[in-house]
Amino acid sequence: MKKVLTGNFAAAYAAVAARVQVISAYPITPQTTIVEILSELVARGELAADFIKVESEHSALAACIGAQAAGARTFTATSAQGLALMHELIHWTGRARLPIVLANVNRAMAPGWSIWADATDAVSERDTGWMQIYCEDNQEVFDSILMAYRIGEREGVLLPTLVNLDAFFLSHTSQVVDLYDAERIDAFLPPYRPAVKLDVADPRSFGALTSPDYYYEFSFKIQKAHEAAAQAITETGKEFGTLFGRSYGLTEAYRCEDAEVVLVTYGTIAGTAKVAADRLRNRGVRAGVLKIRYFRPFPAEDVVRILGRVKAAGVVDRAVSYGQAGPFYTETRSVLPGAGPALTGFIAGLGGRDVSVADLESMFLQLREGKPSPLVWIGVKP
Amino acid sequence: MIEIRFHGRGGQGAVKGSDLLAMAAFREGKQVQAFPFFGVERRGAPVTAYTRISDDVIRIHCFIYEPDVLVVLDPGLMSAVPLTDGLKPGGTIVINTTLDKSAFPVTGIPDVKIATVDCSSIALRYGLGTPEAPIVNTTILGAVARATGVVSIDSVADAIRERIPNKPDLNAQAARDAYDRLHG
Amino acid sequence: MKPKIRKDGTVAVEKTGDLPDMPVSMGSMKSNKTASWRSIRPVIVEARCKRCMICWKVCPEPAIRPGDPPVVDLDYCKGCGICIAECPFDAIDSEKEGK
Repeated sequence: MKKVLTGNFAAAYAAVAARVQVISAYPITPQTTIVEILSELVARGELAADFIKVESEHSALAACIGAQAAGARTFTATSAQGLALMHELIHWTGRARLPIVLANVNRAMAPGWSIWADATDAVSERDTGWMQIYCEDNQEVFDSILMAYRIGEREGVLLPTLVNLDAFFLSHTSQVVDLYDAERIDAFLPPYRPAVKLDVADPRSFGALTSPDYYYEFSFKIQKAHEAAAQAITETGKEFGTLFGRSYGLTEAYRCEDAEVVLVTYGTIAGTAKVAADRLRNRGVRAGVLKIRYFRPFPAEDVVRILGRVKAAGVVDRAVSYGQAGPFYTETRSVLPGAGPALTGFIAGLGGRDVSVADLESMFLQLREGKPSPLVWIGVKP
Repeated sequence: MIEIRFHGRGGQGAVKGSDLLAMAAFREGKQVQAFPFFGVERRGAPVTAYTRISDDVIRIHCFIYEPDVLVVLDPGLMSAVPLTDGLKPGGTIVINTTLDKSAFPVTGIPDVKIATVDCSSIALRYGLGTPEAPIVNTTILGAVARATGVVSIDSVADAIRERIPNKPDLNAQAARDAYDRLHG
Repeated sequence: MKPKIRKDGTVAVEKTGDLPDMPVSMGSMKSNKTASWRSIRPVIVEARCKRCMICWKVCPEPAIRPGDPPVVDLDYCKGCGICIAECPFDAIDSEKEGK
């Protein structure tokens, strides 16, 4: 069934379609409508889940951790300052290997106070063991949440996922979304049956004191889980395509086969970049776009394979790692061999600044000039 | 692809209007996109909202800089902000006003079509909003349907009835009224 | 360099160097009256007011100055109505702002 939905509604309906059993979340602009619709559906008895009301984002994730450890499929959603307040428990979730799914509306960190799009909030959670997806449109939000449960709950993976959608450019943008039908979704995503859970009949301690003799190995296993996840993401994305008509991978390459210049980017900017590439191709510039869907696990193989063929590439970041450069730029740089393409790092769209087709065309054209630079600020006031 | 930009003030319903127009086009099998730009969220502040309608997948995710159609819910905005910047040659402007279109000269853009309708009076006749703050978003969509032909008035009325929980029929009738009052 | 002031009184900064390093307002809030979007105003009815100062305590702005009776600072009151709701003596009326 196709409907016109905002990104927030797509996220909420994905949680419904995934038959989540426990939801705990705290409202924050621009995520608020995700919480509103879910709490309303639970209150009306249309969603068989417990909605645990809490006083903060920290408590929201704590409630999800408890519920997930007890064997329930759980969902939460937040944004910016809310995600930062969860930070301690974001680490906890990753290390506890609980496959919770969190829809994060990418919003700028304050101050100055900003409700607009910026990925710095999510990028700051890079080293927590969570998988991270950045979505280009509302259909991808819906599909990614369904797949995040399937992949995260897989044996050998057992990892939580941050599903990111840009503030307003997705959260409040209405688009056509196919919600499929419940039967097919149920066949794709069977109930969550963890091998170990909180159980009075089989009492265990969870996350207890771990000496240097074992902590190191648990960390090693998280790295291995991410490597297994990369495989699972590819397989599940293909299977999803067979079942629902849309295939997904760690990345999406758009017109990269014969490209001389490629922009690597993520989120809604990827969609606009595709339009810029189309327009430049009409003018004889062979432009392509490499969309990074998964920031963790980082798609090193795809990046090397696709960028290995091009003369010059640029990474467009809607985030900054202050004192270094754009976070996706440094990650991309780190996996490319020395003889890789000339790589430029662009910073654009911070705090909701619009990134237009013209902006992206100018970035493509800058790549052709053959003067790579790690840090180029697009549109900064003189 | 047709790109439509709505200009209103907080409380007039520009954001909902952009969404309803997208819904109407979706009913006709189109791909659609509608989104607001929220600046300062308060009553009376200028609000911009955007609608894209296309036969193909819509990938673009930025503001609309070169609209085909401008929908102006508050005529005061015509002079307050540079509204017509970027309007395509041959584009259409639909304005809620009591004045004739000759009161809104547009220079520098060839073949601009201007359609004026007193949506505030129509909305009030159907009990939409208050005399101080009439809610004109549904009414003006009737005028948009007539002036641009991007969607049919029936689709507009159906979208309104589907998405407006309060007084759906009166809102739909107000849109039809505006459609009938706007002649070519 | 002095920032440009737009017609509506807001500040337009055209150069990065003209912005302060800290994200603080360009001018003093003494001149930046923030009450423009108020749609109702609280009116303290002296005869019913018991001077308990609960309105002063609950105002989030804060736009109520303690006094005998307390005074609403209409340059900054945004008309949220919390004082009206919280007054235990029903001593604050809500008045519509004229259009």
